[in-house]
Amino acid sequence: MHPSAPAPPAATAAAVPTSAVPSSPWRLARRELSRRTSVKISLAVVGLFLFMAAAAPLLSALAGWSPDDFDRTAVDPYLGGTPVGPLGGISAQHWLGVEPVTGRDLFARVVHGAQVSLLIALTATAIVVIAGTAAGIAAGYFGGRTDAVLSRVMDLTMSFPSLIFMIAMMSVAKDVNRIVLMTAVIGLFGWPGVARVVRGQTLSLRHREYVDAARVGGAGSWRILTRDVLPGVAGPVIAYTTLIVPGMIATEAALSYLGVGVRPPTPSWGQMIAESVSFYDTDPMYFVIPSACLFLTVLAFTLLGDALRDILDPRGSRT
Amino acid sequence: MILYTLRRLAGVIGVLIAVAAVTFTIFYVLPSDPAAAACGKACSADRLAAIRSHMGLDEPLWRQFWDFLSGIFTGRTMGSGHYALHCGFPCLGYSYENSEAVWDLLMDRLPVSASLALGAAVLWLALGLSAGVAAALRKDTLTDRVLMVGAVGAASLPVYFTSMMLIYGLIRVAGLLPYPSYVPFTDDPARWASNLLLPWLALAILYAAMYARQSRSSMIETMAEPYIRTARAKGLPRRTVVVKHGLRSGMTPILTLFGMDLGGLLAGAVITESIFGLPGIGRLFYGALSTGDQPVILGVTLLAATFIVVANLAVDLLYAVVDPRVRL
Repeated sequence: MHPSAPAPPAATAAAVPTSAVPSSPWRLARRELSRRTSVKISLAVVGLFLFMAAAAPLLSALAGWSPDDFDRTAVDPYLGGTPVGPLGGISAQHWLGVEPVTGRDLFARVVHGAQVSLLIALTATAIVVIAGTAAGIAAGYFGGRTDAVLSRVMDLTMSFPSLIFMIAMMSVAKDVNRIVLMTAVIGLFGWPGVARVVRGQTLSLRHREYVDAARVGGAGSWRILTRDVLPGVAGPVIAYTTLIVPGMIATEAALSYLGVGVRPPTPSWGQMIAESVSFYDTDPMYFVIPSACLFLTVLAFTLLGDALRDILDPRGSRT
Repeated sequence: MILYTLRRLAGVIGVLIAVAAVTFTIFYVLPSDPAAAACGKACSADRLAAIRSHMGLDEPLWRQFWDFLSGIFTGRTMGSGHYALHCGFPCLGYSYENSEAVWDLLMDRLPVSASLALGAAVLWLALGLSAGVAAALRKDTLTDRVLMVGAVGAASLPVYFTSMMLIYGLIRVAGLLPYPSYVPFTDDPARWASNLLLPWLALAILYAAMYARQSRSSMIETMAEPYIRTARAKGLPRRTVVVKHGLRSGMTPILTLFGMDLGGLLAGAVITESIFGLPGIGRLFYGALSTGDQPVILGVTLLAATFIVVANLAVDLLYAVVDPRVRL
């Protein structure tokens, strides 16, 4: 370690005489996390958007507009349908203003967009993590032919230009549930990243004494994998998971931006941004609001992931 | 080394065949009516009949795939009789929307995409690596924190947002730059660069941020290695140690990333090109999406995969040169 580096955080955390209970690694991690201001802020932002997504129908009912209600009185037909009032029509009636031309309520659309965007991103992440962990553990633990085949498949998947393939697949499929398809397509290209991390970690665990002991004790592979290896890879996996969420959100937004994602009238942030681009001159707020949501969510997940990686992944650069 | 190169080349061909098989499945097998899908949104009955004949849909599937694959390497005559259409080497299909072979369309637009990708790459490498290395060497100082907060922020900005902000700030408000319109390098290098400056910046900001983060952590890891301490202990000046010992192995992970990114961008930066109206492969692709011009989508997909796979190979071969620990 660098000579000027501060004492390892774990040591300082352990020195704090707050609890007499022996500290488990998870408790240490939690304490270390709660010391960081960036973590608190990003947790608050993530929480806010998750709440918005979960309570979207409730929130928009509270605001009085559904995402598909047209409000002709909120736009000025003589000015090409620009919203009435300053800042894109922000008022007590429309909390975040309205969409030009149609007058649909932006707050309602943003919260429903959060629902769609986060649902897709988080489900795709779950698929990626489950598939990646399973493949990585199997490759690392069983080695030999299993490892060779799985590693080859990982390399192959990684050498695909994922965004282009996603676009191609989304553009061919016409009459399917867009949200399900999009989740599957995004998930399809993401798993090798997780699998590589898990495989590496598993390789370093599979001949530890306690794993050998379990094997000698007659435990089956399934038991060893779930009881002994899985907890050992959980730390890096959690950190890596948080770090891929922003990528998933950005991918969903990019696909919807390009018009191959969810179809109108279902709102999603990427699609709203794409629609707002042509109004950036006359109604900049229409562009700013969904962009800011996207930016904040991605930023918050990245900061959270960085912090988790520092703490939970012993091999990742602890800085 | 030669043996390794040959083995890798065989691997590359294997990957490309797999990619072709997947693309073939997406466009020929999955759609309920592949010909109608390839025909696009404005489709006439006559054109549909021509496409049916060209795609050979009444042939068995393996035969269709074989024709598709061999066409890429030798060119082929698509369809027969009245509908016969010659598609020269390398045949990636025929765009009925544009009435032109896909390969010719792609090659027309490649210079634009290549200009965009290479210029942006120079910019993001310069910005990203210097920021990352500077932050790593001043770890835990104010410089480090400022640089990294900036990098996290910039990495979270979607490219369409950065582009719109640049257009708004530098063109609409400040009036510093012209609205980009592509001028070939061979016509006027100065105008080529000034027109591309904005798109370069838009792309480079995003990538520079990612590279700064990556190179910082990689550099910190390298500088903590024992051989760096040994080099310092021998009495070498810090500068020499950083440049000759540190950078060399610290940059290998960056090289992998760079190969993937540059390879991907050479086949078109879809969003950037369409926002700035640059007539590159990315915009061709974007246009093809809205008209449903599937032969073009297929061609771009294959081209992009080829670039990425070849770039990966080039990077792996370069490893041996850059990193003394890798001996092939």
